[in-house]
Amino acid sequence: MIMNNTTLTAPAVGNSLARDAWRRLRQNGAATVSLVLLAVISLVCFVGPWLTPWALDEVDWNAFLAPPSIESGHYAGTDSNGRDLLTRVFYGGQISLSVALVATLVSLVIGVLYGAIAGYFGGRVDNLMMRFVDIMYSLPFMFMVILLMVVFGRNILLIYAAIGAVEWLDMSRIVRGQVLALKRREFVEAAHALGVSSFKIVTRHLIPNAIGPVIIYVTLTVPKVILLESFLSFLGLGVQEPLTSWGVLISEGKDMMETAPWMLIVPSAFLAITLLCLNFLGDGLRDALDPKTR
Amino acid sequence: MLSYTLKRILQAIPTLWVVITLSFFLMHLAPGGPFDGERQLPPEIEANLMASYGLDKPVWEQYFTYMGNLLQGDLGPSFKYKDFSVTELVAQGFPVSLELGLWAISLALLIGIPLGVIAALKRNSSVDYMVMGTALAGVAIPNFVIAPMLALVFGVFLAWLPVGGWNDGHWKNLVLPVVALSIQQIAYIARMMRASMIEVLGSHFIRTARAKGLSESEVIFRHALRPAMLPVISYLGPAIAGIITGSVVIEQIFGIPGIGRYFVQAALNRDYTLVMGTVVFYGGLIVLFNLIVDLLYSALDPQIRYDNE
Repeated sequence: MIMNNTTLTAPAVGNSLARDAWRRLRQNGAATVSLVLLAVISLVCFVGPWLTPWALDEVDWNAFLAPPSIESGHYAGTDSNGRDLLTRVFYGGQISLSVALVATLVSLVIGVLYGAIAGYFGGRVDNLMMRFVDIMYSLPFMFMVILLMVVFGRNILLIYAAIGAVEWLDMSRIVRGQVLALKRREFVEAAHALGVSSFKIVTRHLIPNAIGPVIIYVTLTVPKVILLESFLSFLGLGVQEPLTSWGVLISEGKDMMETAPWMLIVPSAFLAITLLCLNFLGDGLRDALDPKTR
Repeated sequence: MLSYTLKRILQAIPTLWVVITLSFFLMHLAPGGPFDGERQLPPEIEANLMASYGLDKPVWEQYFTYMGNLLQGDLGPSFKYKDFSVTELVAQGFPVSLELGLWAISLALLIGIPLGVIAALKRNSSVDYMVMGTALAGVAIPNFVIAPMLALVFGVFLAWLPVGGWNDGHWKNLVLPVVALSIQQIAYIARMMRASMIEVLGSHFIRTARAKGLSESEVIFRHALRPAMLPVISYLGPAIAGIITGSVVIEQIFGIPGIGRYFVQAALNRDYTLVMGTVVFYGGLIVLFNLIVDLLYSALDPQIRYDNE
């Protein structure tokens, strides 16, 4: 169906999977709006701090717990230490977004390699590796991550690694399934016959061919990771002062919500909108990349 | 059925063992000990304390002692709550957590399933879009955002309900935490129920049921509902695990004296035994519920038989 469509519309050029998916994604209203919103939020978080008149930990001695106002320059109010909330929300966003990227990347690398190796070697190796994944699945993960954070101290690099190390399980299962199906194909046999090493076959031939479902799963992992990071920060186990993240800000806001509700509302809104957009985008990408939904 | 049950129980044991062992060594690897307070204890007293709790022995020896005691149901003494054993603390907090969790899961099923069915029956109508849009928001927005927001609106602005506290489980104190804990699960269940209901409604046996002249309500309630609920049943395992971990945050936000509240506090205080106790207890609970859900699933779906596995 899709092959026909693409060859009919552009017979000379031919449409790659990526271009086809991009076209279908743009037809999805919610996903497009989400993509634009996400771009705006990221831009604002990384550029915004230069535009606000205040620095991250600059104390305005005239404005403790000041409500949002245009004149004072505190567009989203200040916190109990007189620091500009909007600036802090932008910086928090930088942390939350970068954690999302790095931790997803970590989970991607571990999951893809693990799954590909298990699928490629099959048999006893596969059995053993997947049994290990089964056991990992049944661990109460949140508790394990909390323990990890307690043990190794609150360190932002560790947050990246710990979250990535937790989120790779689904990825490894997906990749394993793909590789199991792919490894019997002729091009793999041809590579074998040419004397290509197992490692090369896995990395050069099998993984690139399994990339479609992996992309879909990555877009679904990003919001999960942001959620996990803010959950940890909310519990006081995530990033530490002077750094901040949306989870930290929400936790601070929760304590002050009766006197300074903006401290809760502003970071919550940023986090909620980001997560919502990522979910819409993930759903949209899944529809766009999955030929079966057509 | 019996052999399957036994097999599952046997599989649960190594899982629990991994959980216990991993958390034991992680906890003991952590820098700092349970007696690092603001006030520096004289070295002799600290040594005495360590000796009386057996903390001066090598870690592996402590591990075997702990496992031995655990097999007898003894979770050890708490280091911070000096007059209590961990078993007592868990026994005190559990009824509260259980009540909260049961309400949350019931609410999730009672609201999630009908919402999903309605959305499926009115597919692609404005009702469907509204329900599914709200559900996606419910899935996306974490409970630690929803909970303080609810407290802010209903507790502070409107002042209809208390912002926190337990008050022996008075219904007014229950409403906000239960709602905050179940919203995410309601959303998941509604989405799942809609998808599976649509699939079931398109299948042949539903066409047959309609063809023989059954009323629409009979088709839905007698024929479609039960098979459509199967994915939801199998989701109950993760849902319960989600509610249990969620309760860690919710209990903290609303100041509810359950077990979840202890966990983070204890981990930060290096209260080894209390952390281990909560991990063991929660781990066991999650494994147990997964087992129950699987058995329930096989009872509901005649196509699944575990005996031949």
